[in-house]
Amino acid sequence: MYKAWLANDKTGSAVLMLLAAVTLIIPVCNLLSPVDSPLHFSAYTVSLLGKYITFALLGLSLDLVWGYAGILVLGQGAFFALGGYAMGMYLMRQIGNRGVYGDPMLPDFMVFLSWKELPWYWLGFDHFWFAMLMVVLAPGILAFVFGWLAFRSRVTGVYLSIITQALTYALLLAFFRNEMGFGGNNGLTDFKDILGFNIQSENVRSMLLMLSGLSLIAAFLLCRWLVNTKLGRVVTAIRDQESRVRFLGYRVEMFKLWLFVFSAMLAGLAGALYVPQVGIINPSEFSPLNSLEIVIWVAIGGRGTLVGAIIGAILVNYSKTVLTGLLPEIWLFTLGAVFILVTLLLPDGIVGLLRRYRKEQSV
Amino acid sequence: MNSFIVNLVPEDNDNVALNTVLDTRHGPILYLEDVSVSFDGFKALNHLSLYIDAGELRCLIGPNGAGKTTLMDVITGKTRPDTGSVFFGQTIDLLELDEPAIAQAGICRKFQKPSVFDALTVFENLELALKCDKRTWPTLFHRLNEEQRDRIHSVLQTIGLPELVKQPAGILSHGQKQWLEIGMLLMQEPKVMLVDEPIAGMTHQEVERTAELLLSLQGKHSIVVVEHDMEFVRSIARKVTVLHEGSVLTEGTMDEVQNDPRVIQVYLGG
Repeated sequence: MYKAWLANDKTGSAVLMLLAAVTLIIPVCNLLSPVDSPLHFSAYTVSLLGKYITFALLGLSLDLVWGYAGILVLGQGAFFALGGYAMGMYLMRQIGNRGVYGDPMLPDFMVFLSWKELPWYWLGFDHFWFAMLMVVLAPGILAFVFGWLAFRSRVTGVYLSIITQALTYALLLAFFRNEMGFGGNNGLTDFKDILGFNIQSENVRSMLLMLSGLSLIAAFLLCRWLVNTKLGRVVTAIRDQESRVRFLGYRVEMFKLWLFVFSAMLAGLAGALYVPQVGIINPSEFSPLNSLEIVIWVAIGGRGTLVGAIIGAILVNYSKTVLTGLLPEIWLFTLGAVFILVTLLLPDGIVGLLRRYRKEQSV
Repeated sequence: MNSFIVNLVPEDNDNVALNTVLDTRHGPILYLEDVSVSFDGFKALNHLSLYIDAGELRCLIGPNGAGKTTLMDVITGKTRPDTGSVFFGQTIDLLELDEPAIAQAGICRKFQKPSVFDALTVFENLELALKCDKRTWPTLFHRLNEEQRDRIHSVLQTIGLPELVKQPAGILSHGQKQWLEIGMLLMQEPKVMLVDEPIAGMTHQEVERTAELLLSLQGKHSIVVVEHDMEFVRSIARKVTVLHEGSVLTEGTMDEVQNDPRVIQVYLGG
């Protein structure tokens, strides 16, 4: 069924097809073809693509709150990292007694700190279902508490942005501390298995890529549907004239709160898919710089278009991979320059440019 | 039939019972008594008392800074008064409610500067204003039924914008935006309409139609109009209230008010 709310988004449909193709063809090729065949994608390529797709999901989650509700979150990376840590904790529990110290109960870093027993907040992470629940609940609850306080007191605009930045910075400092029990500086790494399968194996990597792709497709469709409901229109109205919406009888803070929580959960899911593919989660994921980069992806792709976030995240991260390989020192300058140019010349980003081009074509 | 059942926001509402009877048996629908508001020492409203009858069309006039907009802010919950009481009917204390609750209770407002949602179409603007359950989940799954669709189309006819239904509100002229906002008021089916400067930016014909519309609405709704254009006020007003320095200077018909020496002095700065 090809619904009107999707049919109107031509760029979105095209990107969706491409995504579906990539996430189905690559794993199938890798399962069926031998390692030396030209149809076989290297483990590096598969992981890299998987990583880009999780970033695209993260970008999408930000565009939903920033592009549609006008909440410029400069700490979206915090929700991503929390989802990542929840997944990382499950993967740590899967190591069992195969750690360097061979302790049957405790992860290596706890043995190193001479802890005697598992902290209470690690209980339950032996179970995959519990960890998956935490992947969305941990960011969701943080977003709920934070949003409840901020939106009820009507903190908006640049003040809210700065507080979200402070939030992720505070979490960065907290997770750096060894006493927190999340591996401190080094974070969580040296993963072995996921659901009993070797996490390094090609098939598991292909499956993770496929899962990431399917999650992104599902999340995109859900967001696309959401912004086309009446709730989506209320939220757009809030973005443009918040106080006017109150006088129509809508509780603005509740609308912002639920959208913010949903967006944080999507970011958490992205983090959970990211961690097994890169093999590590550490406090640097909470860095305010990471969160700023997400904003840049969305701005470059086209704010308030959903598909723009996907395009922006993948393009910027691909450029990052290429450029940091060739000329690592100029990457940040390039990113800054592109951001300024896009802000000045393409206020609607790449998707805005595509739309303008299509309009001219049809005239 | 002078009492209505008002559905107040069921969500997150500690102060008011779910259904409160709007009691207007004693005549007035809005009671403001001894209301004072000051901003940094400036008294925007100064012991103001005002009563609006059910079904009445009342015009508020007064020089700049007389407190007209502050008065609307107090009634709609945007500004909390320092002292005084504001009641909707006999029983609903508006000072206990916030903006969405007051709007849902049936007091709706058109702003001085036309405040429509530019990014949404004319139709969508009216749809958002439509009187219905405005909590988050019902809004997420809301589908317009036939009756609601008809209602939107009939309001579109009333405000004269049926051919612009699919256009974004941002492209409308100033006068058309004023009309759209009046349409949004109608969609909310309010008991009380507060209309701040409805004819700014309108052509002569549009002004005449606005006057006709407001006159046709009195009786069904209580309407409070703030306007500077005396000719327009004369064409619609039965009763005029003059505000000056945050209090009611005088009340009466347009002729009485215009011949009142105090009003002349205030306006001409004697």
